[in-house]
Amino acid sequence: MAAGTRTGPSDVILRVEGLHKRYGKDEVLKGVSLELRRGETKVVIGPSGTGKSTLLRCINQLSVPDKGRVWLEDVEITHARTNINHARAQIGFVFQDFNLFAHLTALDNVTLGLVKVKKMSKKEAVVRARDELARVGLAEKAASYPAELSGGQKQRVSIARALAMDPKLILFDEPTSALDPELIGEVLEVMVQLARGGMTMIVVSHEMGFARAVADRIIFMEGGVILEEGTPAELFTCPRCERTGQFLRKITELYGETNGR
Amino acid sequence: MSPRSSYVTGSVQFKGAAISAARLLWQSVGPLFTRGLPVTVEITVLLLVLGLVLGTVLALVQVYGRRPFRYVCVVYEQVFRGIPPLVTILIFWNGLSQSFHVFLPGVVAAALALGLRSAAYQSQIFRGAIQAVPPGQMMAARALGMGKLQAIRHVILPQAFRLAIPPWSNEYSGVVKDTAFACVIGGLLELTRLGMTSLTRLSMTHGIGSQLILPVLLIVGLFYLALTYGGNALLALLERRLRIPGFEMKGKVER
Repeated sequence: MAAGTRTGPSDVILRVEGLHKRYGKDEVLKGVSLELRRGETKVVIGPSGTGKSTLLRCINQLSVPDKGRVWLEDVEITHARTNINHARAQIGFVFQDFNLFAHLTALDNVTLGLVKVKKMSKKEAVVRARDELARVGLAEKAASYPAELSGGQKQRVSIARALAMDPKLILFDEPTSALDPELIGEVLEVMVQLARGGMTMIVVSHEMGFARAVADRIIFMEGGVILEEGTPAELFTCPRCERTGQFLRKITELYGETNGR
Repeated sequence: MSPRSSYVTGSVQFKGAAISAARLLWQSVGPLFTRGLPVTVEITVLLLVLGLVLGTVLALVQVYGRRPFRYVCVVYEQVFRGIPPLVTILIFWNGLSQSFHVFLPGVVAAALALGLRSAAYQSQIFRGAIQAVPPGQMMAARALGMGKLQAIRHVILPQAFRLAIPPWSNEYSGVVKDTAFACVIGGLLELTRLGMTSLTRLSMTHGIGSQLILPVLLIVGLFYLALTYGGNALLALLERRLRIPGFEMKGKVER
């Protein structure tokens, strides 16, 4: 596993400390801490409503945590004086329902951030965007609008949009949950390539095949806390927590492992 | 005199009367083209631009602004939507000049009064359109590192304006006709005012004129009809030109 060989404090790209988040009466996160090293892939699993998506949103401050801190390398992005836009530009985010800009072509979806946030010239941005679309296998769809793409294609465009920004890490929020079963494979394939290529990522997903294949570590969350964290081998063979084992068996039963390839 | 010759004379008289009626009609209708139409168009364009800019700002504040500013917008809206257009025009024309000695040019007073009013209505159109853009669009823009204003400008508004064209064409049709109230402004010769001057002149100086009052009024009406029809056709064209696959209003039934 790529990350296992490299250690040292400078390798820590993301550090999350004691995140709490409450929506009204619901305390969704009850103190979540984790660390992510360069090149590492962590897959977050757990029953629905346990704060997995909230955790991702609190990391890039799309939801502002009530308590706790987040560092991107040595910058504390939860600090009031940190330029949050600058920090977000370095953290890719892939949404469950894609959120492609509906009025822009696939190409313009990718160039918008490059031109408006990274201040790249339009010409440079187009070259870069075409490269990224080719990387996710959609070079020929550059001129298509989101409504003309399948779910799998949309999600691949949104991955290209995140990749183009040259992020330090990418957060995937259930990237295949909104897809028809036959379209899941093409998205996972792109993600597997990314993980193997050394991209740093946190993936909220129940694709166990994917987790087994590329996760350096799996995090099991329930009730707003991390119950267990370990390598896939550790978690799949002998989870220390009774609940983790139960959940994994149930998930494997429900989804099988065929999708993950 | 033979009956035949008298018949001929009668025809000539009739012809003469018809010609003079046509001349009278043209005297009334000609200025509608040369003066009235440009003035009405000028007021309409000015008020729409004012309403568009201010209405967009009001809508953005109502959706994204802080609470006290939102309240200001709501009060503004209620006030301007609650006063008849004729009264707002009188306020900006007669009221301001009498009380504060502010003498606005007639066109400006009319465009200001109707534009501020239209802004209140347009703000509701744009607020609805902005809120119809899925929240994920803003989230995705912010996640890329765009600031709130950048996201509004490059992601939210381009979509919201497209959604706003159909209801906006409604507002356009409304305000074109509201400009008729500007006829109460002295010396502002827009279409309705010109129609009214023709009426006075025709009925006072020409006996035959009274027969022409109805045609003149109908022609004035036709001008407004042409303006609303033409404008709506242009807006429909704009809507088609800006159409994006998958972004049109859904619900079309094939057969």
